[in-house]
Amino acid sequence: MSVPAIRVSGVVKHFGAVCALDGVDLEIGGGEFFGLLGPNGAGKTTLISALAGLVRPDRGTLAVMGHDVQSDYRQSRRLLGVVPQELVFDPFFSVRETLEIQAGYFGIGRCRQRDDWIDEILDNLDLTTKAHANMRTLSGGMKRRVLVAQALVHKPPVIVLDEPTAGVDVELRQGLWRFIRRLNEDGHTIVLTTHYLEEAESECGRIAMMKAGRLVALDTTANLLQRFVGESLNLEEVFVRVMNA
Amino acid sequence: MTAPHLRSSLPATGGAAADMIGFWTLFYKEVLRFWKVGFQTVAAPVLTAMLYLLIFSHVLEAHVRVHDVPYTAFLVPGLVMMSILQNAFANSSSSLIQSKVTGSIVFVLLPPLSYRAFGAAYVLAAVVRGLVVGLGVLAVTGWFADVRFAAPLWILLFALLGGGLLGTLGVVAGIWADKFDQLAAFQNFLIMPLTFLSGVFYSIHSLPVFWQQVSRFNPVFYLIDGFRYGFYGVSDVSPWTSLAVGVCCFCAVAALTLAMLKRGYKLRM
Repeated sequence: MSVPAIRVSGVVKHFGAVCALDGVDLEIGGGEFFGLLGPNGAGKTTLISALAGLVRPDRGTLAVMGHDVQSDYRQSRRLLGVVPQELVFDPFFSVRETLEIQAGYFGIGRCRQRDDWIDEILDNLDLTTKAHANMRTLSGGMKRRVLVAQALVHKPPVIVLDEPTAGVDVELRQGLWRFIRRLNEDGHTIVLTTHYLEEAESECGRIAMMKAGRLVALDTTANLLQRFVGESLNLEEVFVRVMNA
Repeated sequence: MTAPHLRSSLPATGGAAADMIGFWTLFYKEVLRFWKVGFQTVAAPVLTAMLYLLIFSHVLEAHVRVHDVPYTAFLVPGLVMMSILQNAFANSSSSLIQSKVTGSIVFVLLPPLSYRAFGAAYVLAAVVRGLVVGLGVLAVTGWFADVRFAAPLWILLFALLGGGLLGTLGVVAGIWADKFDQLAAFQNFLIMPLTFLSGVFYSIHSLPVFWQQVSRFNPVFYLIDGFRYGFYGVSDVSPWTSLAVGVCCFCAVAALTLAMLKRGYKLRM
């Protein structure tokens, strides 16, 4: 039996009196395109942060391709690429410098393969003409593309996108999905959180819905759409019903 | 956008070599960061130190000699060391607080960098900035005084030790502070008094006995006194005592820093 790309077992996390994750169990298989949905404050970002080692759970374990994110953090982080939700950037550097530095953090030094891969990411994200532009000078959509590029720069087998299309134009969204789809076809596991439910419906093979730190639904997209017998609902309608249940 | 195509492969990463590349990358990034704004991070402190020298030497040169050294010459090593210390602290602390406040700290928290590599890269970059500013101050102020180099190895040793100690303290402050004003308080109420009341501008033998004793509890006094010994071969206390105090302080602050980083204090929730 193959090792799941992501395994979350009994994860609990409190921030003071607030329970952000309340015993989450989840397995995501290798090569899946997986959607993690929920309203603001449901715990999606906390779960992603725990997976990335930014948040330490009070209880439970998380693993990336069988590597525990606490005890075997180096290997688990090497296998994971995260596109953070916040539009953050380092204002001192150009786009290319940003990517070269990020690759270096993952142990990938200057070499032809690294430069070729960076060129390829820049090309696919339509950033080639901005390669030498300072991050400060980029528009919000461009900065979002660089965030995606940074998450991919070490070519991780598991890629987590936390609302990657928030506030970006239609053209970028379409281009981004083409690129992400291609990565998924090449075997990369994709985990997506988004408030654009039509994107999740069209891209994700399986979806989990979270509410108040708990998983309240977990199924294939097709099964979720048929969850309410006799009714033909889209994912947004299913989501609203599940959240109000 | 062009049609996606994934041709490139990457070399396998992992092990000690990958950790070393991660460390050097973070160090390089930190040096590049201050170098790109060199007017603010290097030129400005050099100018400040030169103004101190011009004003104090103008007022005191004709009246004061310390350890039989003319006052302006006595002042130069103090100003150089003060610049090393303050800029080493500023480099690591400002980089960390800035990336925490803007959120870009995630770029160094997501990769598989060990906590030792993380801390060492920030400290080493801080030492480099301290030395660059220190050399700049020496190059500029040296024109105004007969500066000698009695024991160059002591100079180098105390410059590295001072930069390392304050660079490490800057990591502590940068991690501890949540806001810029907290860092400013750390800088204004701890670092500034420690550096100004450490013998930069005077020998502690010129102080009343009580304040001489107080000065001996200031670790920065030993760094400056030992550093100055390297220039003129004279000091308020033995350079070996200064070295011992400096090394002990560095080890203590480094241990605290590593403990904070290992725990992920204020970095990983």
